[in-house]
Amino acid sequence: MSNKSVFFNPFSKNNPVIVQILGICSVLAVTVKLEPAIVMGLSVIAVLAFSNVIISLIRNTIPTNIRIIVQLVVVAGLVVIVSQLLEAYAYDVSKQLSVFIGLIITNCILMGRLEAFAMANKPWPSFLDGVGNGIGYAIILIIVGFFRELLGSGTLLGYQVVPDSFYAAGYVNNGLMILPPMALVTVACIIWVHRSFNKDLQEK
Amino acid sequence: MNKQSNTYTIIYIIVMVVVVGAALAFTSISLKYRQQANADADKMRQILASVKVEVPQDEIADQYGKLITSTYVIDADGKKVADAPDAFTVNVAMQSKEPADKRMLPVYECTLPDGSLKYILAMYGAGLWGPIWGYVSVDADGTTVYGAYFAHQGETPGLGAEIEKPAFSDQFQGKHLLVNGNFTPIAVVKSGMPAPEGADYVDAISGGTITSKGVGAMIDNCLAPYGPFLKSIASNN
Repeated sequence: MSNKSVFFNPFSKNNPVIVQILGICSVLAVTVKLEPAIVMGLSVIAVLAFSNVIISLIRNTIPTNIRIIVQLVVVAGLVVIVSQLLEAYAYDVSKQLSVFIGLIITNCILMGRLEAFAMANKPWPSFLDGVGNGIGYAIILIIVGFFRELLGSGTLLGYQVVPDSFYAAGYVNNGLMILPPMALVTVACIIWVHRSFNKDLQEK
Repeated sequence: MNKQSNTYTIIYIIVMVVVVGAALAFTSISLKYRQQANADADKMRQILASVKVEVPQDEIADQYGKLITSTYVIDADGKKVADAPDAFTVNVAMQSKEPADKRMLPVYECTLPDGSLKYILAMYGAGLWGPIWGYVSVDADGTTVYGAYFAHQGETPGLGAEIEKPAFSDQFQGKHLLVNGNFTPIAVVKSGMPAPEGADYVDAISGGTITSKGVGAMIDNCLAPYGPFLKSIASNN
């Protein structure tokens, strides 16, 4: 597989969220507002890229019978560092994301990429794979966050975008969009649209 | 060297743990100062929120310095503790577990832009899933609540977490902490339940019964020791 396809495949044809259906739990949890969705996306890109590189660098030294433990320690260490950085430089966001940053450790995309790609490939392709999958995840997070914040709160990144005249005319924010089930429905809609454009992904 | 041998595995694990541990310790120490500054700013924001002052992130410290004119620590008799630590650093969580007569109670005096004086009192208690805390501001008469702020760590969104919304905390405005000169906690009462006699009350959160009860218990436990202090203010007026 060429480096290019390693990087670009996860954007669409092999997207971790809407094709592999991994990491759905955090999609439900952090997409009520756009800002935490973006920060979560960036955090996952960073953690995934660096853990992929680190695991790839030491892949030939890892004893096979403890490889999952080694992967977990690397991921957990990186996640704690990311969460400490957020607490120091983006306190509000870290309060909102609180437990979900910690939950990056259990994000299935991470273990999936480490086990399936980084353990068998050189650092540079692993880095691309990590960034690519992270971006693929972040895109979906941002799309879902965009629609949930727009329709649920009438704002984007905290700024009101639905004009007051709409509210005066009787428009009401959709409270259901703020609740977790609508994240699933939104993801399902994205999958629907995505598959109707990519016929080869449709099951016979 | 045989990479599948037990010796190799054990040495590998030890080296890995030491390296990762060192990296984490380094991160934690080098970021500690900034994290503490953020946590302090957040606490100031919460204190100001109890007197309904909302300021942007970068002006919190300025506004806090301007509005909070005096802070001190009192004991359960309402007397100022002479050799007490700075009120801002008093750990309300630890103090709320002490018996009432051994507690150190922080008081923040706030002078609003219109010149009125408010006393801000601190609270800490337990919700359903984790700690809840808050601040109550009392008018200069020592009796009437001016505003309240509640926060929580992990209450259920839409249910218990509603205590942090103004819809809940605004109810406290105008309620009385002293009734006939004696401290009476403001009760948090579910709609449809009989209101307590002789005490002011606010409506509980529907669906957040345990959290609401936690708020009621927190008000009782944390504000009761302030009773003598409030009485002495009230009698000075």
